[in-house]
Amino acid sequence: MAKHPTPLLDQLESGPWPSFVSDLKELAEHRAKTASKIEYQIPVEVVDDILGLLELTYKDGCTHWKHGGIVGVFGYGGGVIGRYCDQPEKFPGVAHFHTMRVNQPGGKFYKTEYLRQLCDLWDFRGSGITNMHGSTGDIIFLGTTTPQLEEIFYELTHKLNQDLGGSGSNLRTPSDCIGQARCEWACYDTQDLCYQLTMDYQDELHRPAFPYKMKFKFDGCPNCCVASIARADFSFIGTWRDDIKINQEAVQAYIGGELKPNAGEHSGRDWGKFDIQKEVIRLCPTQCMWMEGKKLMIDNKECNRCMHCLNVMPRALRIGDDRGLSILVGAKAPILDGAQMGSLLVPFIKVEPPYDEIKEIIEKIWDWWMEEGKNRERLGELIKRQGFQKLLEVTGIQPDPRHVKEPRSNPYIFWKEEEVEGGWTRDINEFRKHHLR
Amino acid sequence: MAFISSGYDPKEPMKDRITDIGPRKYDEFYPPVIAKNKGKWLYHEYVKPGVFYHVAESGDKVYTVRVGGARIMSTLMIREICEIADKHCGGYVRWTTRNNIEFMVDDEKKVDPLIKDLESRKFKAGSYKFPVGGTGAGITNIVHTQGWIHCHTPATDASGPVKATMDVLFEDFKNNRLPAKLRVSLACCLNMCGAVHCSDIAILGYHRKPPMIDHEYLDKMCEIPLAIAACPTAAIKPAKVEVGGQKVNSVAINYDRCMFCGNCYTMCPALPLADKEGDGIVIMAGGKVSNRISPPKFSKVVVAFIPNEPPRWPQTTAVIKKIVEVYAANARKYERLGEWAERIGWERFFEKCELPFTHHLIDDFRDPAYYTWRQTTQFKF
Repeated sequence: MAKHPTPLLDQLESGPWPSFVSDLKELAEHRAKTASKIEYQIPVEVVDDILGLLELTYKDGCTHWKHGGIVGVFGYGGGVIGRYCDQPEKFPGVAHFHTMRVNQPGGKFYKTEYLRQLCDLWDFRGSGITNMHGSTGDIIFLGTTTPQLEEIFYELTHKLNQDLGGSGSNLRTPSDCIGQARCEWACYDTQDLCYQLTMDYQDELHRPAFPYKMKFKFDGCPNCCVASIARADFSFIGTWRDDIKINQEAVQAYIGGELKPNAGEHSGRDWGKFDIQKEVIRLCPTQCMWMEGKKLMIDNKECNRCMHCLNVMPRALRIGDDRGLSILVGAKAPILDGAQMGSLLVPFIKVEPPYDEIKEIIEKIWDWWMEEGKNRERLGELIKRQGFQKLLEVTGIQPDPRHVKEPRSNPYIFWKEEEVEGGWTRDINEFRKHHLR
Repeated sequence: MAFISSGYDPKEPMKDRITDIGPRKYDEFYPPVIAKNKGKWLYHEYVKPGVFYHVAESGDKVYTVRVGGARIMSTLMIREICEIADKHCGGYVRWTTRNNIEFMVDDEKKVDPLIKDLESRKFKAGSYKFPVGGTGAGITNIVHTQGWIHCHTPATDASGPVKATMDVLFEDFKNNRLPAKLRVSLACCLNMCGAVHCSDIAILGYHRKPPMIDHEYLDKMCEIPLAIAACPTAAIKPAKVEVGGQKVNSVAINYDRCMFCGNCYTMCPALPLADKEGDGIVIMAGGKVSNRISPPKFSKVVVAFIPNEPPRWPQTTAVIKKIVEVYAANARKYERLGEWAERIGWERFFEKCELPFTHHLIDDFRDPAYYTWRQTTQFKF
């Protein structure tokens, strides 16, 4: 018998999609049943109470969580988010309900042995409720009490060889796409770069020293499966600068219908016979492809690597061999000054361990942002406030037409004195000798 | 319950302390076929929605079965996932960026028993635990935020509307009839702890009432200058207010300038703005993050407000379903929702989707607004 009736939530148990309500109810039951055998370190009824509280919220149409609360583990300024319920008497099991962010492994690959260790720890010292995963990428432990925070951290570090992730004005937990682990389009090893930078910047990740949050995301190719271009202060997007490799026989197999276009992703509808002109050549944004007889031709110098032709014919076209990544900076969600997409800063850089060249760019930008950024100003906002030219100045990167979609359409150039012959100090009396008042 | 120590000694927090060790290294958890063929994959192909294989230079193949999952997940579910992964996949499993779970096997013969096992598992009340799908030209899992279950600033729930929406879109999770992939995302407030601003369809929680001011406590709970500085439209100024015969330091808010972003509340808990009637959902459409064919795009506001309707948000899911159906019927192969809307023109988008166009949908926020007005005689009747 459930502790709180939940007639509204119960309506989310029907329908085919996995029901989080059913899942939580089973967990609540399981905790009640095993309470006599396990010394649960936080209230047994925590899951009942989260369901009861959510039911009340569905009735009230307004959240019942209080604003923040500063809790954490000793020496870290991130990784734990304090949360307190505003109805603690009715729902004592969730009076304290803090979140812990656990830094996920690259590519979100797991061994079951490790997952079970996490479950054992979290059942014992927390609510047993998780997010797999949070938006930034961490494994989220949802709901524990203050005295358990250090205990959980101790067990994570001593028994699981595992650290917390970032929160607050820190480097947030970096995240990556599946990359070369299982994708033929990955132009660099996203998991290794993500891991190395995470390790090299542990201090920045755990101890807030920045004006605001700072996100790194690693996409292996311009398809951008982790959406780095939309949401990371630094997006590292794989690319190449030589020729797309063509297998002409496979091109013919697509044309002949032996191979399914787009790797068979359009199987739910009859789109008719594959037409390479209509489906590939005419959709190419730079119009750099054509057929010469039975041969597919690409003017690679004109290709902008949008990935469409590779996506449509993965067995015929492969990424080039001179691979690296592009760095875009300053993406963020709308708050405060509107959403920003990442802006291209480094068109191409080789990706070679120990990644010093990449780190040099990151650190120059951090220095500038920490010096000039206002409290709670994202990198993208600082770039907007002080200008893209300032960003080039602090990074020492030369201006390049690739940096812009188009050149400025106003001539209001802020010329610097040293750029103008003779400087700005002039003699008005000398001027007046030739130009009467 | 008796307190059981982990070994941590609160009197000596630095004793044996381990810090800054980071995550577990990615390659500890690679299945053998992944470890062996990393960086040497040749191509991939979809067998059916949710099922695909990759072929490596070595000739090895890895089959992947993708299933949807709720982002809120109990340890019971994770343990069940482990049981399946042990039984079929040698003890390895992975999650995707969009909260899907992927089970990988190295032999075609192992695929069908795995699928059968996954699809046979249901919750007592009837929903699937592990629906297979979420690949290709269809709709995959919704990325979302915490919502009412764990956040202090939401204007809507997250897990509830996501469940209701995925129930309505379930057939497109299992099918590949759409012209291209269609990504749905939800953020429960403007903070957008996810990339909903670049999604084909975004569900966004939004407040519509300015903050209340808890004058009696404001100066005790908040740094007034921080609350003032937090406002992007400079709508907040310091004020002296009389409470119970006493003058206290507080703030005044110019309601006409408030855009309901809640940033002041983030800095100052004495300025709550959530409200049953005021809060609800904005629907945005036409964004994407991929660079394929056209550059990444922001989503555009297509419905300014839908009230919160727990537990199943019927108006929200109806609008989404309608947009998906009209897109499916009208877009060309490979065309993303935003590319289609731009090709036919947004005037046609509103007509076809039978959505009313109101003044709320015309941008009036700062300079970028101007660039969204129509500066041409090219339009359609």
